Amino acid sequence: MSKNVLVYVEFADDKPSKAGLQALGAGCRLARQLGGEAIALIAGADVAGHAAGLGAFGASKVQVAQGEQFRVYSQDGLSRLLAQQADAVQAVAVLTSATPAGKDFMARAAASRKCGLASDCTNLEVEGGKIVATRPVFAGKALVKVAAPGTLWATLRPNVFAVETAGFTAGIEPVSVTFGVGDLRAVVREIVAGAKGKLDVAEAEIIVSGGRGLKDPAGEGKQNWDNLEKLAATIGAAVGASRAVVDAGWRPHGDQVGQTGKTVSPKLYIACAISGAIQHLAGMSGSKVIVAINKDETAPIFKIADYGIVGNVEDVVPALTAAFAEALKA
Amino acid sequence: MEIIVCIRRAPTTDARIKPAADGKNYDPAGINFDISEYDKFALEAGIELKEKHGGKATVLSLGPSAVSKELRTAIAMGCDAASLLVSDGNHDSWAVASALAAKIKTMPHDLLLFGWNSVDSQSSATGQMVAELLGLACVSVAVALEVKDGVAHVERLASGGNRERVVVKLPAVITCQKGLNKPRQPNMKGLMNAKKTVIDESPANAPADGVTVLRMDPPPPRPAGKIVGKGPEAAKALVGLLRNEAKVI
Repeated sequence: MSKNVLVYVEFADDKPSKAGLQALGAGCRLARQLGGEAIALIAGADVAGHAAGLGAFGASKVQVAQGEQFRVYSQDGLSRLLAQQADAVQAVAVLTSATPAGKDFMARAAASRKCGLASDCTNLEVEGGKIVATRPVFAGKALVKVAAPGTLWATLRPNVFAVETAGFTAGIEPVSVTFGVGDLRAVVREIVAGAKGKLDVAEAEIIVSGGRGLKDPAGEGKQNWDNLEKLAATIGAAVGASRAVVDAGWRPHGDQVGQTGKTVSPKLYIACAISGAIQHLAGMSGSKVIVAINKDETAPIFKIADYGIVGNVEDVVPALTAAFAEALKA
Repeated sequence: MEIIVCIRRAPTTDARIKPAADGKNYDPAGINFDISEYDKFALEAGIELKEKHGGKATVLSLGPSAVSKELRTAIAMGCDAASLLVSDGNHDSWAVASALAAKIKTMPHDLLLFGWNSVDSQSSATGQMVAELLGLACVSVAVALEVKDGVAHVERLASGGNRERVVVKLPAVITCQKGLNKPRQPNMKGLMNAKKTVIDESPANAPADGVTVLRMDPPPPRPAGKIVGKGPEAAKALVGLLRNEAKVI
């Protein structure tokens, strides 16, 4: 088997996404350890202009699949493309980001090659010539190290792997596929765009999360949630929520952090009025730095927080926003 | 319409997980099990569609004989029949999907429903893998689902916080996310029915794992934190620590 690592680089807002570049960085370092090449694969209706730029992020080669069949997301389209290119470059590993798209099509692509999938990995290493991936299970209550007998198909958690800066002048290769728009079975009729500029908690570098203690945003908690949004906006954070908040219908379930929501690893997680149920702690304990604000100093969240403030969110959150604003101005 | 709902039995989410003595699996001692969270949305969707369009909803699972408890819960909710592929082993999504697909091939099916992810292994892969193995279309992470004239109309959560409205001809695989519906509680009639139901058991025909677990470890312990202070007066000190000590701002 060759030592080539194939990385599908996802796009967001018509350019390679941050998570995509992080996956490419991981692929580049893995290829270097194995003594192979990191080959980036991009797909879209109009992506060729971004191909050369990926050299700077660690791709020694960039394969470009450009066409109408890649204009909107398709599990059929991307899984067929990935399987085809994994064969073509005899990939020893196929990587992409563990985003909603990556989690979806990689499973199908791997299965088409009679392979399993290592999902949402947080580390890749080479041990005795073999690629070993680490992935959290039970939302981080345990970590498993896994390996594949043949090609390793893996999705990588956003915000865990560094973007590569040691660049190449990448060779560019067009990719042709034998399927067209008419071969994609699930047809996207409409895309309802999410709130403009809204950061997904799974991809955010900073998360400000609210718990039941913030109270009902349609009632007495309105000011609290406005304050939380203001804090998030000040530091460029996504707003997350506990299960209790989502179950109460106060926030959409896409915001839920925890074992039955999203498992996150931001560089900073600020938990506001979240007491810290085991399911929530599991989902965010992989954060680099955890801050907890809670009026109850015995709340379990303080056991895993790096920094805590004991106090009411009503007063502490606006004070924190002001302190951040001042610090960021300086 | 012939509907098959695939469910997984998993530790309840309040369980504390400890690696077992073999260092590869979790220690099942003292752990309670339940239907994995998202599979409950798949069950509810299957039962609602059957009630609306007629036909049959069959629940299918893979696991030890004890899974019959979860299968009876599914019957009590409103499924018509239950099948269990019996295996005492731990398998990855590839092995589970292969065994499920082999069984589903022998069953009539217009719609296959899965939870989009499991609360234990969290691979979010089995539904798409079964679809690939059976050559079916698949739409994942559904938050709305209707079937009309043999076509499924699905709303799914996509990247970037977008929602996609997707149409797909049946037969197809749909994986279900929270928000799709409110799973019902079994009623008395359902519970009586579940008691009488004979579960179709056969050995799971699972191949070797696609990815093999080498070892399982607890997460690294987090160093002890500190309480910066009380009330809003502590905000400034906290920001100073985040900037100068933790260097995250």
